[in-house]
Amino acid sequence: MNMESLGPIVLSLVTFIPAAGGLLILLIPRRDRDIKLFALVISVLAFVASLHLPVHLHRDHNLFKFEIDKVWITTPNIHYHMGIDGISVWLVVLTTFLTPLCVLISWTSIHDRVKEFFILLLILETALIGVFTSLDLFLFYFFYEATLIPMALLIGMYGHGRKVYAAVKFFLFTMIGSMFMLAAIVWLYAKTGSFDFVVIQNAIRSGSVPGFESASLWLFLGFFIAFAVKVPLFPFHTWLPDAHVEAPTAGSVLLAGVLLKMGTYGMLRFNIGLFPAQAHRNAPWIMILALIGIIYGALVSLVQPNMKKLIAYSSISHLGFVVLGIFSFTTAGLNGAVFVMLAHGVATGGLFMLAGILYERRHTYEIIDFGGLATPMPKYATFFLVTVLASVGLPLLNGFIGEFLVLSGAFQARPIYGILAATGVIWSACYLLWMYQRVFFGKVTHEVNATLPDLNLREKAALAPVAIAALVMGVAPLVWLSAIDPAVQAALGFTQLASRMVGQ
Amino acid sequence: MTTLAALAHSFPALLAQAQIRIPTFQSPPLADYMRILPELVLSLFGMLIMIVDPLLDEESSHESLGTIALIGTLAALASTFWMAQYPGTAFSNMVRVEGFSIFFHFLVIAISAVAVLSSFEYLRVQRIRAGEYYGLILFGTVGMCLMSSAIELVLIFIALEISSISTYILAGFRRRDAASSESSLKYFLLGSFATAFFLYGVALMFGATGSTSIDAISEVLRSGNVPVLAYVATAFIFVGLGFKVASAPFHVWTPDVYEGAPAPVVGLMSTGPKAAAFAVLLRVMFEANVPGRFWLIWVSAALSMTLGNVGALVQDNVKRLLAYSSIAHAGYLLVALAAQPELGTSAAMFYTAAYAAMNVGAFAIVSHLANAGEKYVALEDYAGLGKSSPVLAATLTFFLMSLIGIPITGGFFAKFYVLSAALKSNLVGLTLILVLNSALAAYYYLRIIVMMYMREPRGEVPVTRIPAAAAIAIAVCVAATLYLGVLPGRVLDYSVRSARGLLSDRPESTTSSAAVLSRP
Repeated sequence: MNMESLGPIVLSLVTFIPAAGGLLILLIPRRDRDIKLFALVISVLAFVASLHLPVHLHRDHNLFKFEIDKVWITTPNIHYHMGIDGISVWLVVLTTFLTPLCVLISWTSIHDRVKEFFILLLILETALIGVFTSLDLFLFYFFYEATLIPMALLIGMYGHGRKVYAAVKFFLFTMIGSMFMLAAIVWLYAKTGSFDFVVIQNAIRSGSVPGFESASLWLFLGFFIAFAVKVPLFPFHTWLPDAHVEAPTAGSVLLAGVLLKMGTYGMLRFNIGLFPAQAHRNAPWIMILALIGIIYGALVSLVQPNMKKLIAYSSISHLGFVVLGIFSFTTAGLNGAVFVMLAHGVATGGLFMLAGILYERRHTYEIIDFGGLATPMPKYATFFLVTVLASVGLPLLNGFIGEFLVLSGAFQARPIYGILAATGVIWSACYLLWMYQRVFFGKVTHEVNATLPDLNLREKAALAPVAIAALVMGVAPLVWLSAIDPAVQAALGFTQLASRMVGQ
Repeated sequence: MTTLAALAHSFPALLAQAQIRIPTFQSPPLADYMRILPELVLSLFGMLIMIVDPLLDEESSHESLGTIALIGTLAALASTFWMAQYPGTAFSNMVRVEGFSIFFHFLVIAISAVAVLSSFEYLRVQRIRAGEYYGLILFGTVGMCLMSSAIELVLIFIALEISSISTYILAGFRRRDAASSESSLKYFLLGSFATAFFLYGVALMFGATGSTSIDAISEVLRSGNVPVLAYVATAFIFVGLGFKVASAPFHVWTPDVYEGAPAPVVGLMSTGPKAAAFAVLLRVMFEANVPGRFWLIWVSAALSMTLGNVGALVQDNVKRLLAYSSIAHAGYLLVALAAQPELGTSAAMFYTAAYAAMNVGAFAIVSHLANAGEKYVALEDYAGLGKSSPVLAATLTFFLMSLIGIPITGGFFAKFYVLSAALKSNLVGLTLILVLNSALAAYYYLRIIVMMYMREPRGEVPVTRIPAAAAIAIAVCVAATLYLGVLPGRVLDYSVRSARGLLSDRPESTTSSAAVLSRP
């Protein structure tokens, strides 16, 4: 059996190993240590299995790989249709990469209802992977909604402060957004008789969908609102700071690292893939919203007294770059957008883990409560610095590549957009480095901080992969981009065709 | 003596000579009785319960009477399959067995079976006398079954009354509680008022078309010459049935009645009579093709969804909350009735089944948790249930997710079919209202989930072990909700076929309903 034919099986395995593991945890008696170890083994297993995908992914042509297409329900015509391309494969790996780290970072910080926590975490992982691997709109919607419940429960059950408020707000914002997407999906099904992404795409391209012309704007908006809430694009962002601040560390890591990417991935796959003409037509105002997000997010970050809130707002700013890149419709912009998604997942995931480690020791996120931490915690300070620099976009670390590509794409689209977006890079250096300075440099300002223990082995094991990934991605981005580029070219080739067709 | 015998012998001849004709009573063929077999079985078991009840002492009667009722419903379920072998009309075109009526028979009887199961513990805890209770459930079910197969407006009215009167009484069974009596009386007074509207509508329809048979009415109305009176009749009939399905603006009774009535009864009456009333609505609206129905339904659907959901937002009592939610769900169902007949019928049939599965399940859990005197039905009483009783909390969460309409639950596909039926019929306005309402509805269902998982348990709420009967009832509901959510194909195919049978022209219909049955 050759590796190519193993692919579809591996893809399904990667998707469902975590959830199966989560259900197995149900059977384990409530001994916390066993449960944690089991969850770690399962999540590492999923990560190792997922590495098969990029290794054996053919990078030369742009079709979906590792496809599996089985009939699930006949009426309506729903298929179990999975497959990945050069964009989604990395998002899958990002998910499986972050989950074991989440397990490690929650090792001691979760002590109540441990069993439920890891079940939810693993089910969430399956749902997240499923979002990136499904090619059937129904399946996609199912996984998209399935991320909601475990995430809301993670925030509501294990968070702190106004956790219930944050959980409900998160749930409702996303739910309301996705109802519009559901209506659009049902419309497409009603007119094409299929949920299959490829079938619908071909039907739209060949112009055989009745009434599509008049409905396409509304369909585009239906999808767009759902994804814009998720990204979150200004002005739909208000749920994000609440959710992040109150969420447990693992929740924040997956929320910022992967969940937000569901929105940008959806825009790339569905808004551009299905409605390229509308995407072109609406690009100007969307790019302006993205720019507002970049600058607004950065400015708000600058004045945050709370470390986690600062990182949360920085996510809004970074995700603005992604949206800007996607709607610039340039090769560089789209490549950069996908790369920023990955880089942001790694770096911001790392920052949230670091903040969580500090919270475990001091039970506060307020920057004012810290100062001079570099003296008692030198190793911690080093990891923090690497991650901050990666996030800022220092060359040779992963943040730089993506932002650079997005900026050059934005310049090509319209110079003023590039110039404005470039200020975002400067702002991010300001707020992150200033925060770093206040927390780590100078004398120890509070007595309690002088005796804080440095990182232990488990924490180092959780942070080292992040630092290594940030460095490798920064030094050898081509490993990633060589897979991303063909997929992006495919998406772009079609959008240019469409824009010629509509005469723009 | 011999003369007497001779006289008796020659009596017919004498009568013939005198030309007196006694109308001979031709007993209907056996097949006619087969076509109402489930109703007969249920009535027999209902009477059996009434007979046995005085012979048992009160302490031990709960279990045995409940078991008889359960056997009765299961026997009726089995006889539904038997009935399905005899498609066609019975009793001079009063009753018709076809895919459509078989579907609703099965659904309604299954609902009562589960309601009976979840009543076992409830009656013991609340110290309610079992005899009349189970008897009335079975008699009520007879009415609901008959509603779905009757094709004669007067028989429909009688069936409606049988089911309504049973539920009026059942609503008042918590005699020690004033709220329950209030509930019963309110339901009875308003319900009678609504039934009067229905009856008036039937009379007007008779005046307009000269018949009370659905087939004949349909023929007259299809002939193109629609009298104005028929519009008025439609409106009146809709008022009567709108009350029964708890759709706005005829919904005001719902919260009070649901709050006061015993929880398992609410589970039953929010699904069983509702399903039967929707069967009648589908028959009257689509099969009889009454005029001027579209805007009636449109307005009522929009109002029900909006008022139901907005009302539910502020409720602190779980039963009241689910009452408002049932108003909203009636609204979603009415959207299907506003769509094209063929699409709408199958979507509505699927919806009633999915709604029954999830709502009966939710009420089974509510009645288990309610405890003596229904003390614990406030939202706060559910605090920390995720900790104190994880399985029950997870199950209730599952039902609530289905009510929200999250995928892999029956509730999702139900909503999905209604949405696609509405979009295919170009009802963009109603679709938008439905979508916005579903998003709004997520909030109040979520409140219960939040309560269960994100609050600390309150000490005074006792956690009792769930007895086997209730556990089986809940398991059946979970299985049904999951089945409809993962493999909805078979049920939908069946409802699509029976919808076609219902709506096709009559001469073909008998063959098509036979075809429905012969297919796997």
